[in-house]
Amino acid sequence: MFAHEFMQNAYMAGTFIALACGLVGYFVVLRSQVFAGDALSHAAFAGALAAAAAGIDIRLGLFVATVAVAAGMGLLGDRARPDDAVIGSVFAWVLGLGALFLSIFTNGSSGENGTAAVRVLFGSILGLSVADARLAAVIAVLAALALLAIARPLLFGSLDPDVARSLGLPLRAVGIGFFVLLAVVAAEATQAVGALLLLGLLAAPGGAGRLLTDNPWRGLALSAALALASMWGGLALSYEVSSLPPSSAVVAIAGAFFALAALRAHLRSGFERQQRATAGSVSRIEA
Amino acid sequence: MAIELAGLSWNPVSDLEQLTEFPFMVQALEAGTIVAVMAGAIGWFMVLRRQTFAGHTLSVIAFPGAAGATLAGLPIALGYFGACGMAAIALSQVSRPGRESPGSESAAIGTVQAFGLGLGFLFVTLYSGQLSDLESLLFGTFLGITAAQVQTLFWVALAALAFLAVIGRPLLFASVDGAVARTAGVPTGALALAFLLLLGLAVAATAEITGALLVFALLVTPAATAQQITARPGPGLAISVALALSVTWLGLAIGYFSPYPVGFWVTSLSFGLYVAVRLLLGALARRRGPEPLGAAP
Repeated sequence: MFAHEFMQNAYMAGTFIALACGLVGYFVVLRSQVFAGDALSHAAFAGALAAAAAGIDIRLGLFVATVAVAAGMGLLGDRARPDDAVIGSVFAWVLGLGALFLSIFTNGSSGENGTAAVRVLFGSILGLSVADARLAAVIAVLAALALLAIARPLLFGSLDPDVARSLGLPLRAVGIGFFVLLAVVAAEATQAVGALLLLGLLAAPGGAGRLLTDNPWRGLALSAALALASMWGGLALSYEVSSLPPSSAVVAIAGAFFALAALRAHLRSGFERQQRATAGSVSRIEA
Repeated sequence: MAIELAGLSWNPVSDLEQLTEFPFMVQALEAGTIVAVMAGAIGWFMVLRRQTFAGHTLSVIAFPGAAGATLAGLPIALGYFGACGMAAIALSQVSRPGRESPGSESAAIGTVQAFGLGLGFLFVTLYSGQLSDLESLLFGTFLGITAAQVQTLFWVALAALAFLAVIGRPLLFASVDGAVARTAGVPTGALALAFLLLLGLAVAATAEITGALLVFALLVTPAATAQQITARPGPGLAISVALALSVTWLGLAIGYFSPYPVGFWVTSLSFGLYVAVRLLLGALARRRGPEPLGAAP
């Protein structure tokens, strides 16, 4: 499998993108911002198509659109946590813009352009060149390092905002900074799994990490590890089964991890309830 | 980017005649009207219940449903309704109140959504159909609606609205104050499932026309605008439906005369209205001076 250059590139870019997604995704779930992440992924789609329609590098459109939307949502919402209806409305409009750019782009010139839209929507990790893969890896590593640098105040601010504010932590700045990091990672991951499937790499490992342990640092590590495992497994699976697109495989594996984690949490809570019930009846009998 | 409105004479009578000259346009207007009334009403409850994310997920799930049905050679409507119905049941399991933290709940919804889209992409790849199919599944075929589709849509919408009218009052109670409703004996769990199924039905019917990605524009934005204007259910529902209707009609009309897609015009008009109302209400509130603490927003 590693004899092919495109697989080497896919693994190099995929590894670091998955790590960054896993780390950011844990915080996305912890801060209940999955829906905002979803909105960003669609902004990535509209931005990339706008760049394509204007004939400039798609990556530029990706980054500009996601960072701008993230900053806007951060500034609009109360304490950088915009509510449901605001996100939904912005989101619907961004999708409409995406439809506009898609039509300009596909009407503009020859049929080859249709595949570019599909690449943006569903990713093209097997089509990366060496330079693309290197750049993606570098950006992902930088984003992951930046996240780890603000991880402590971010964690504190997410878990107990009132205490964190009274200690003088700049929560608003941290919140907006996190949004911008999320935007960078979203733009990165769009190249790997596509704008529509990005949520799978953000929400599923983060949600699983959150369900499996209450310790935030262990959860963060677990989330990154699960994202990495999904990426590696998905790439290998799609190499073996040639009709299976890599992004579908990656997202399916991530979804399976989440389902297993949810099942474990469910069984566990049932078991504990039963234990409590038995303990209660025992103590009642003893009394 | 200049907007050329080819063929527009600025004479309302002859423009209207031109709009309704072709049957495809009449059918698009009919379908748009039906969809707007249904989405405006159901969307109002969706925004009230803060289930926007769930609504978006349902609308996205329509895409793998349609792609899967195309692949299996089944009628495409079956795919839409089947997928949305199953997703509604799955979501109601995920979001049972008080079971897990809200973060995990939205993570679960997001996972369901991404998994569904992954499946949809797999189906499209396996089908190896034309890319235009993919585009119309995602962004709709406003202008390719048949008379038979309009008829189906009409009956689905009628059934959905009748059902909504039956469960409307307890649903409102359960949405506004779930805890009190539960103690008063309202079956909130069953209502939550019923509403998600209703939402799935509406989304499936709408997705066939507007495409999986743009259903959302008619569900969320008019309702969110209406709830900024008034919190009262009767007028709120009426405003939501009226807004959805007007943006659909205007969007279709502008889309007819301009080279850009209808979906873009509908979303832009409704988002523009939302922002305008928000700014206007903000300015009014500022002129009236700061509200006393504890006053209703």
